[in-house]
Amino acid sequence: MSAVLKAPLVVEFPFTRSLGPVQSAFLTGLRERVILGVKTGDGRTLVPPVEYDPVTAEELHDLVEVAPTGTVTTWAWNPAPRRGQPLTTPFAWVLVRLDGADTALLHALDAPGPAAVHTGMPVRVRWAGERTGAITDIACFEPCDGRRAEPTGHTGAFEDPVTGIVAAARLDYTYSPGRAQTAYINALSGRRTVGERCPSCRKVYVPPRGACPTCGVATSEQVEVGPRGTVTTFCIVNIKAKNLDIEVPYVYAHIALDGAGLALHGRIGGIPYDEVRMGLRVEPVWTDGARYPDHYRPTGEPDADYDTYKELL
Amino acid sequence: MTSAPRDREIAVVAFAQTAHRRTSEELSEVEMLMPVLHEVLDRTGLKTADIDFTCSGSSDYLAGRAFSFTLALDGVGAWPPISESHVEMDGAWALYEAWTKLLTGDADTALVYSYGKSSPGSVRDVLTRQLDPYYVAPLWPDSVALAALQAQALIDARDTDEPALAAVASRNREAATTNPHAQLRGPVPQGDYLVQPLRTGDCPPIGDGAAAVILAAGDRARDLCDRPAWIRGIDHRIEAHGLGVRDLTDSPSTRLAAERAGVFERPVDTAELHAPFTAQEVVLRKALRLGEDVDVNPSGGALAANPIMAAGLIRIGEAAARIHRGASDRALAHATSGPCLQQNLVAVLEGERR
Ligand SMILES: [Zn+2]
Repeated sequence: MSAVLKAPLVVEFPFTRSLGPVQSAFLTGLRERVILGVKTGDGRTLVPPVEYDPVTAEELHDLVEVAPTGTVTTWAWNPAPRRGQPLTTPFAWVLVRLDGADTALLHALDAPGPAAVHTGMPVRVRWAGERTGAITDIACFEPCDGRRAEPTGHTGAFEDPVTGIVAAARLDYTYSPGRAQTAYINALSGRRTVGERCPSCRKVYVPPRGACPTCGVATSEQVEVGPRGTVTTFCIVNIKAKNLDIEVPYVYAHIALDGAGLALHGRIGGIPYDEVRMGLRVEPVWTDGARYPDHYRPTGEPDADYDTYKELL
Repeated sequence: MTSAPRDREIAVVAFAQTAHRRTSEELSEVEMLMPVLHEVLDRTGLKTADIDFTCSGSSDYLAGRAFSFTLALDGVGAWPPISESHVEMDGAWALYEAWTKLLTGDADTALVYSYGKSSPGSVRDVLTRQLDPYYVAPLWPDSVALAALQAQALIDARDTDEPALAAVASRNREAATTNPHAQLRGPVPQGDYLVQPLRTGDCPPIGDGAAAVILAAGDRARDLCDRPAWIRGIDHRIEAHGLGVRDLTDSPSTRLAAERAGVFERPVDTAELHAPFTAQEVVLRKALRLGEDVDVNPSGGALAANPIMAAGLIRIGEAAARIHRGASDRALAHATSGPCLQQNLVAVLEGERR
């Protein structure tokens, strides 16, 4: 058997999130080089600020400014920065308790090496040159002499607050469809359709996924099905999808290929949309270089009898 | 939820797992999972149609596909329709849901399974996506980095040091030499720092794998298993998501879950701890007040095999299997999820007197 197929798969999306009043103030503050915390009922100052007390679940809203200097509460030396991390040269991950705060903020510390970092060391914020209202407005922390910087005296109210962030996410995968689907895709490249027969109920699954969903057992016996088939049910699509080069209305159908134990999806062409019907006999139409049939067209055979496909609806 | 009421006793009656491997790229998730499902059913003689409730745990982020668990459902015979649920978490939490279902009396048997293939992606990057999206995830702190912050906090607190962490790694992997499913067995070099103070040896292997257990209530459990592993209590707790709010050297959520599950009522002889990083075992031993007389991770634990989303369920399965074969009378099983032991589940399993 040929090796399994593999292909790069990149999942990437701009995760757009709205901010509540507390997060909005904190991130807007970063844009303005002001660091805000939030006061809890028992008088602690949480930085970064949260909207609800992590102990009592009480709603929090009293913003208070803290200093851009602080102390490392724990650290870890990162010799090989990864994509997206704050610095591209080796750095320390740090939790920093800013002066005036009772909790610590996670960020990066720019230091020459692990020997230059220790818990309890004084550090200060290094601001990013361009700031947009995001945690990355803090470029990183840097060692300092331990003198506490003074807060600016900001109230926490801003003219033009940031109300949302875009948290870009990107993950890279090497996708492999596994044994059964590899066989299916390989067969398609020769314009053949193969399914797999369940050893227990004898149904032929197309496309095969390696398991019979009725019996819960592995399928392995390959069976070629089609190329002709029967329309078991269909719908008429009246809305043109973006970037789709198909004129509306068109028909999308369930097609039971001859020999298959369940129907797959396909577009029906070569016939006016309002003449498509259940039981219509169809065959695939391939276009040059395609990896799957472009659509199915009528074969001209008489319609299939309802009883022959009623189990495949 | 706290301890199970006496009138509805629920037990783990069977457990199966894959041989965990660095990659299983030749298999789709359902292809990887199915032999485990068959094995666990075979142990009880049950057919899929005999199972009253099915619950699974997995993650779309590992698969890189939305609703990926629906494809794995083919493996349990999902047609005709079955009573089924899913958690986007480790299978230990799926087991918790199934246990609750059995407690209600709506089901007498449950199949719980979970699986994860870490091989298609970069698990250190993938796990960053579970972090707070406003303040933390944009910095992409990977799972090893966060575990290293916890390890350093423990070292600063003099709760451990690097040689002690190396000893944890070595003891777990030594224990794994008798575990045919483990991915890393026997002596493994501590290696270089991945993120200081954690070396490669302090970190779990990255791998693909699956696990399944069958739960049954009352006499049904006695019919299906010679010595059922009765779940005497199970509870799970979570800590604040802000890492800087927490004391990383302690795990109050584990301690509370253990208290509610009844762990401290009587000593346990075995503890299967889900501690992917060596330093986390130090935290958990302290939180659970485990003495030297407790056999911790006789399976080798997550340092020997850490198929994400299954490793927690495997802790419950390993603890139960030990009771099944008479090697334990009262065992603790722990599962974790999230950075630095953020969420913790604790179960107490007991075998009847022989
Ligand atoms: Zn079948």
